[in-house]
Amino acid sequence: MLKAINKTHLRQLSGVLQRFQSTLVVAEHNNEHLTPITLNAITAACKLGGDVSCLIAGTDCAQVAEQLSKVQGVKKVLVAQHEAYKGLLPVSRTSVLELQLLGRVAAKLDVAPISEIIEIKSPDTFVRTIYAGNALSTVKCNESVKVFTVRGTSFEAAPLEGGGAAQEEVSPSAPVGISEWLEQTLTKSDRPELTSAKVVVSGGRGLKSGENFKLLYDLADKLNAAVGASRAAVDAGYVPNDMQVGQTGKIVAPV
Amino acid sequence: MSARVLVGVKRVIDYAVKIRVKPDHSGVVTDGVKHSMNPFCEIAVEEAVKLKEKKLVKEVVAVSCGPQQVQETIRTALAMGADRGIHVEVSGKDYETLGPLQVSKIMAALAKKEEADLIILGKQAIDDDCNQTGQMTAALLDWPQGTFASEVTLEAEKLKVVREVDGGLETIKINLPAVLTADLRLNTPRYATLPNIMKAKKKKIVNVKPADLGVDVNSRLEVLRVDEPPQRSAGVKVETVDDLLGKLKEAGRI
Repeated sequence: MLKAINKTHLRQLSGVLQRFQSTLVVAEHNNEHLTPITLNAITAACKLGGDVSCLIAGTDCAQVAEQLSKVQGVKKVLVAQHEAYKGLLPVSRTSVLELQLLGRVAAKLDVAPISEIIEIKSPDTFVRTIYAGNALSTVKCNESVKVFTVRGTSFEAAPLEGGGAAQEEVSPSAPVGISEWLEQTLTKSDRPELTSAKVVVSGGRGLKSGENFKLLYDLADKLNAAVGASRAAVDAGYVPNDMQVGQTGKIVAPV
Repeated sequence: MSARVLVGVKRVIDYAVKIRVKPDHSGVVTDGVKHSMNPFCEIAVEEAVKLKEKKLVKEVVAVSCGPQQVQETIRTALAMGADRGIHVEVSGKDYETLGPLQVSKIMAALAKKEEADLIILGKQAIDDDCNQTGQMTAALLDWPQGTFASEVTLEAEKLKVVREVDGGLETIKINLPAVLTADLRLNTPRYATLPNIMKAKKKKIVNVKPADLGVDVNSRLEVLRVDEPPQRSAGVKVETVDDLLGKLKEAGRI
């Protein structure tokens, strides 16, 4: 997608935003399902007032576009389908994809983006964490177009039914060809996803080895919990990086 | 490769310091508090110096934006092996509101001026946790980006980057020139040895102003207030598994 975000696309998007005082949510999906965190982002968008449109990009969007158009609060679904978007697949949390993408969008629009908003006080005032969550900063954004990512765990998921959005095709621009996606090694797991899990069992360096993490996996299975790990445990190679919880890892919000 | 690498280094409150919010809620206390190079920037410098040691790049230039004190941070980069430094002078209110939008414009302008082939930045700063500067710099230059990089190799004039993504790892190949942002496990930064610290004193640091680069550092973001997060109640340690089950049942959790 990076290669496809060019000036025309952005002018289109910013045109939509400025004309209609509306909000555009970039949806995340895996061609079959909407990533849950998109629903949290839609709730946040609804809080801003104005219309909420969703952009869905990928190689095979029809099924998810259909799901998206039923979500309460969504007025319009923009669908951009193209082979060039291969590799945007399973990303379970808004952050890595969105942080990657929205910075580029913000720079092209010459606006300052705001990362990981946890509260929307008004359409131009947001709260976010700084210093790894040790302080909260309330920021007023005077940009004409506001670009931001939301911390999914801080907003409720929008209901999947109750919406009736129209779908519209967006023609993707030709690939620029400066980046090529090669492959992905994803950890497969039947356990709940860390960032949306209601129960989390976490382990650190004290477990002393990857094998000892089995203790946590067994416990997690009994509790139907997700398993997380400290940075030290990941650095030591006990578990893969996608289990890291913390300032530079995932944010969890167990109930 | 006769490449030149630009590395951005940020001076932040040291990661081990417990930060305090000012009583007037205007920000975080920084006076008299220990500052160091942002840990992700250290990893970025280390990667650049490693590339030079492998003879894949010719020169490493360390850049920092801020008041006089950031020269210490640039010196640390020089002691780790960077060849020269650029201090972009920003102070006072401009420094307080300096963010990814302004820094990325500065980095992009410097990349053009210095004819850089590669920019390496830390993935985020541990103070504002923005995680935007690398991406924005790449967009301004229309360069590809390899963000959250945990492994970088040069393959036939392109960079193969293994990235840490939410589900695991992802591999991409990007053309040069490019922007990389360093994630935790890219490398383990070296400690500057005493001889290198002494050598660093002789390396050049040039001063420039944002206006010289055609960059307006004015910000349209205003921090209205800074607060402490709500107090969390302490957890409870138990002695046996039966105690744990008892407590969970009491709390209605199982």
